[in-house]
Amino acid sequence: MECVFGLVGNDFAIVAADSSAVHSILVHKSNEDKIMILDSHKLIAASGESGDRVQFTEYVQKNVALYQFRNGIPLTTAAAANFTRGELATALRKNPYFVNILLAGYDKETGPSLFYIDYIATLHKVDKGAFGYGSYFSLAMMDRHYKSGMTVEEAIDLVDKCIMEIRSRLVVAPPNFVIKIVDKDGAREYAWRESVKDAAVPSA
Amino acid sequence: MKLDTSGLESAAPVWGAPSELVDGFSAAPSFDLPNTTDFDGFQKEAIQMVKPAKGTTTLAFIFKEGVMVAADSRASMGGYISSQSVKKIIEINPYMLGTMAGGAADCQFWHRNLGIKCRLHELANKRRISVTGASKLLANILYSYRGMGLSVGTMIAGWDETGPGLYYVDSEGGRLKGMRFSVGSGSPYAYGVLDNGYRYDMSVEEAAELARRAIYHATFRDGASGGVASVYYVGPNGWKKLSGDDVGELHYKYYPVMPSTVEQEMVEVGGA
Repeated sequence: MECVFGLVGNDFAIVAADSSAVHSILVHKSNEDKIMILDSHKLIAASGESGDRVQFTEYVQKNVALYQFRNGIPLTTAAAANFTRGELATALRKNPYFVNILLAGYDKETGPSLFYIDYIATLHKVDKGAFGYGSYFSLAMMDRHYKSGMTVEEAIDLVDKCIMEIRSRLVVAPPNFVIKIVDKDGAREYAWRESVKDAAVPSA
Repeated sequence: MKLDTSGLESAAPVWGAPSELVDGFSAAPSFDLPNTTDFDGFQKEAIQMVKPAKGTTTLAFIFKEGVMVAADSRASMGGYISSQSVKKIIEINPYMLGTMAGGAADCQFWHRNLGIKCRLHELANKRRISVTGASKLLANILYSYRGMGLSVGTMIAGWDETGPGLYYVDSEGGRLKGMRFSVGSGSPYAYGVLDNGYRYDMSVEEAAELARRAIYHATFRDGASGGVASVYYVGPNGWKKLSGDDVGELHYKYYPVMPSTVEQEMVEVGGA
């Protein structure tokens, strides 16, 4: 089942997510990227109903881009997180989006940050966070091994520890994970952790 | 035999029966409420009743030469088989196909609607719509109706400027790009055969045979799938129907009846 988690390191933030698209007992796809690159220095990792997840993250992405076009400056990570929370809060009493979000970003002034936003519009600034069935394992793992000011190597080591714990202890563990990172050089894909290779779409 | 048409007549007159009290006044139109205490539950049941084609097997996959699309042809309503000749592969335009799983009417209507939108795109832009674009049109429509009872599980397969394309779209608003999908109650069985026999560099003949076999094995184990296994191929020059075989006949083709050796002849008891 869904596993999304992330943490803040020395001058970067890392998020990891499983990559399974599941319908009841069927895995339709095991290389679905659930971490969207929101803009040059922001990552949005989302778990929840597949339709809501894609529609909502694309909506946020487009609105953040619109703000940048109109004002000539990008939103800070905190501003983007507050916008996201606001949209979830207004939707909550109408037709709620069932999405839980980890928003990671890097700002020149404040450095890396990570925000925990759930579908009932809770917003928290955290230095480690997780969603889904995998959160029980990854949260415990991060509580035990996390320390502030970790290097990239230490952080990736911890992410791998979390993935291994999920794979070995969670009954409905997803096979594959994607890890993305954001630092002063921007948001980008870091690595995939695949134990079942899905047929890759060949580039035309 | 005479058809019993009593069910077609309304049980109560629509206009209130004239009585002395309301004589001269036209009574307000009225109709009987369903005779049930659980009205919400009744509505749910009624919705389930108009949803045939639930039990289905459809599949599609991309390979070297294009996309192969296949489906069974059975429509069932609960335990009742209402048709053995349903067209579950819907021809959106000469380069694009849609598959039908879930509500038959929902699938047919929204695929026809998608066909219109694709044609309009063609006229406005002087080029065919991409499979990516078409699938997103459908997904956005279905997403806008989410939670309102639509039941659609479809694959959009086709050929566009970027080559072969395949997307899975459902009424929950989900849209997945992929190389290999199967949808419907028989899909676990179809996946079993498909995953096992799939290679990217198959020939059209091999791919068609794999698709046919996957549908056949799904109809063998899934009671709600059956009828005819239709196979379509979409290549650079558009789609083409390759075959439509009765799965009953396929069974005898794949597993011919072997004359079993008689171990012991029955001998008539003599001298009676």
